[in-house]
Amino acid sequence: MAATDAGQGTDADFRTRLQNWLPKLVLSPSLAVMLIFVYGFIAFTIYLSFTDSRMLPSYGWVGWQNYERLFRVREWDIALTNLAIFASLYIVICTIIGLMLAIFLDQKIRGEGILRPIFLYPMALSFIVTGTAWKWFLDPAIGIENTMHLWGWTSFQFDWIKDRDMAIYTIVIAAVWQSSGFVMAMFLAGLRGIDNEILKAAQMDGASNWNLYRRIILPQLRPAFLSAFVILSHLAIKSYDLVIALTGGGPGNATALPATFMYSYTFTRNQMGIGASSAVIMLMTIAAIMVPYLYAELRERK
Amino acid sequence: MAVASTENAIRSSNFTRVLVYLTLLLFALFYLLPFGIMLVNSLKPLDEITGGNMVALPQTWTIEPWLSAWSTAQIGVEPTGLRPYFMNSIMMAVPAVILSTVVGALNGYVLTKWHFRGATIIFGLLLFSCFIPFQIVLIPMARILGILEIAGTTVGLILVHFVYGIGFTTLYFRNYYAAFPTELVRAAQIDGAGFFQIFWRIMLPSSGPIIAVSCIWQFTNIWNDFLFGASFASGDAAPMTVALNNLVNSSTGVREYNVHFAGAIMAAGPTLLVYILAGRYFVRGLMAGSVKG
Repeated sequence: MAATDAGQGTDADFRTRLQNWLPKLVLSPSLAVMLIFVYGFIAFTIYLSFTDSRMLPSYGWVGWQNYERLFRVREWDIALTNLAIFASLYIVICTIIGLMLAIFLDQKIRGEGILRPIFLYPMALSFIVTGTAWKWFLDPAIGIENTMHLWGWTSFQFDWIKDRDMAIYTIVIAAVWQSSGFVMAMFLAGLRGIDNEILKAAQMDGASNWNLYRRIILPQLRPAFLSAFVILSHLAIKSYDLVIALTGGGPGNATALPATFMYSYTFTRNQMGIGASSAVIMLMTIAAIMVPYLYAELRERK
Repeated sequence: MAVASTENAIRSSNFTRVLVYLTLLLFALFYLLPFGIMLVNSLKPLDEITGGNMVALPQTWTIEPWLSAWSTAQIGVEPTGLRPYFMNSIMMAVPAVILSTVVGALNGYVLTKWHFRGATIIFGLLLFSCFIPFQIVLIPMARILGILEIAGTTVGLILVHFVYGIGFTTLYFRNYYAAFPTELVRAAQIDGAGFFQIFWRIMLPSSGPIIAVSCIWQFTNIWNDFLFGASFASGDAAPMTVALNNLVNSSTGVREYNVHFAGAIMAAGPTLLVYILAGRYFVRGLMAGSVKG
């Protein structure tokens, strides 16, 4: 190394230039991969959504026709309604349970070290595993209903999973089981970040516990509320595995979501144009939530 | 943290404390029961499940369902058990985890220690790519895998998981290296150390925790993935999650619930093991992927 530095000027020059270029060179494959596989693919799918693609991509331009047809399909209507029900219940219930568990765990609880991992472990499981477990749990013939009957409560009825109107709520139950511990962890991190001195001072001034939470603690958890909302809505819109494992979209198509709609129209019903347009709507919905959030986070950290 | 919680300013009556403990225990039960009951029932003969109470302990304990799920159960059309698919998932996850973590580490290093114009935009683009609904890339991805002749193979799935994992791994390493003192890097540069030397000698030795976070996050995500597996490798190369779903939803013959449960626990095993051994890093990964967006 010393030799090159001393003797050959051009070589040293080349080395410096290489060193200057290396960082960009190292980053460029990732950049290329991302531009093709993410943004190029998005562009391609958007393009397909304006074509007459059926079983295979085809390039006959049909304008907005796929979108018009999409919004006339009854199943898409069901999928959107289901998503609205599922997402709002999922977000609200996870937030309530998560916040409650976090506040409770923050009360100098003995055994916190054991309870916390128990609350959180479902997040490490695959939705397919969660679906398999709950599917059977919710099956009236052998699950909870049957157990209650065997225990002598013969009038007990819990057959939502077989009921077209109620099946979507079984998805909420299983999804809440899986994710509420995660929300708890986010709120707990937020609670632990609050300065105890402020709380003590407020208590000195005679604030009740209720007021302490309402006036001081909850407002300080705003970032955690925002993160929970963004992450949960993002998970809700992407939900696919759980529906497939738990109900398969049924009974009938009573638990269809946009993600299952997209898959079935694109790959089993050979309506790729409509499938692509539904994927575009999903992307737009997620982008509307994520982009402002990420933008704010990036700016904040500069 | 322990200190902070012992100094917690909130005081409550004994009655409230009992209520708090009760609620926490009830929820612990709510989270544990589905998995616990599944485990117990995977050790029962089938007639005890269909004819008996799901919360009862087995009258005859048996590991037959586990053996069947592992090596003889019908998956799709062939009675291979879940073993080959378990292996598929390992063969898929390990290379994809390593590749995406290495690339993420290099990217994070470049983005934090070698500033250049446009770095923030590139990071923003990478960041958004973490959160796209994968439905938007399914159709072109199927085409590309077909053109590369790796459709329906484990190699194809490795590529897919690698590509869509880079965003998250870069995010982790970028946030971690951002807090790393840049002066050290500059000092080494003045001493004549090159790009890779600095990475190897200075950055890597202190990257242990974030490597763990990245590997665990990637492994959990890739192992648990269903959408890509079902879309691009539903035959012999199917990963564990897809095989489990096939096992549970096969419409032929008697529903062997005990076998299904044994299979589900096998599918959950690796990620659960990682969670038990390194839960701390798992939680950190979750947080870094959310709060720090």
